[in-house]
Amino acid sequence: MIGLSHYLLVAAALFCIGVYSVITKKNAIAVLMGIEFMLNAININLVAFNHFMAPSQVIGQVFAIFIIGVAAAEVSLGLAIILSLYRQRHLVAIDEMDILKW
Amino acid sequence: MIILFYLFSAILLAFALGTVISTNLIHSALLMMGSFFAVAGLYLLLQADYLAMVQILVYVGAIAILLVFGVMLTRKGSIEESNLPNRYKTIGLVTALGLFGLLARSITYTRFPSPPLESPPQNIIAIAQAFLLQYIVAFEALGILLLIAILGAILIGKEPK
Repeated sequence: MIGLSHYLLVAAALFCIGVYSVITKKNAIAVLMGIEFMLNAININLVAFNHFMAPSQVIGQVFAIFIIGVAAAEVSLGLAIILSLYRQRHLVAIDEMDILKW
Repeated sequence: MIILFYLFSAILLAFALGTVISTNLIHSALLMMGSFFAVAGLYLLLQADYLAMVQILVYVGAIAILLVFGVMLTRKGSIEESNLPNRYKTIGLVTALGLFGLLARSITYTRFPSPPLESPPQNIIAIAQAFLLQYIVAFEALGILLLIAILGAILIGKEPK
């Protein structure tokens, strides 16, 4: 029987893969991919709690849709920043992006 | 149900690990697309059919394609070595494994209350009512946020004079 904790374990594993990607990747786009994995893990958690704890309501799904909308806004802005940095200074690696540091 | 859960979970975690391990950023983006499909399958198992469709439309159709465009527009050097790890590889591995151990221990040791399984409501109708009656202010705020994000992306991304 598949219960709530199975889904939570899968989501925890996905979140940790996202954390690893965010910490260790050199390319800024790979870091954005890690953030997407973390957001997906949180969405799986919300929907699983909705399904197993309050099956007569849809609040978890509504929250997940809000998170998907905010993630879309975040990834579009992040890519715009990466593109403009690449065009003006030819930077892709995040450890070289130190313009704000004096 | 049980076989499908393990199948989707295995696909999801294998593709996510492949995304992280692969050193070719295009391969990473395509593997990430596959893992988003597996997440949609998990939503279907949880009886969230509308959310599964939104997941495929927004994540696979928009966000993954946008990331592929980003990869192609910011190429620098060989594409085979475009997704290398930086010098924090061991620190990242220790952090991720430690976090997973902590989360797994607390998940397996917690006794979650299991309320009686009621019949779920009509999904799309209930979601529409929640959006347009209960959470109408947050819904409008999300629309304004997306509009501002589009304007900001155009402003940042356009050619400087």
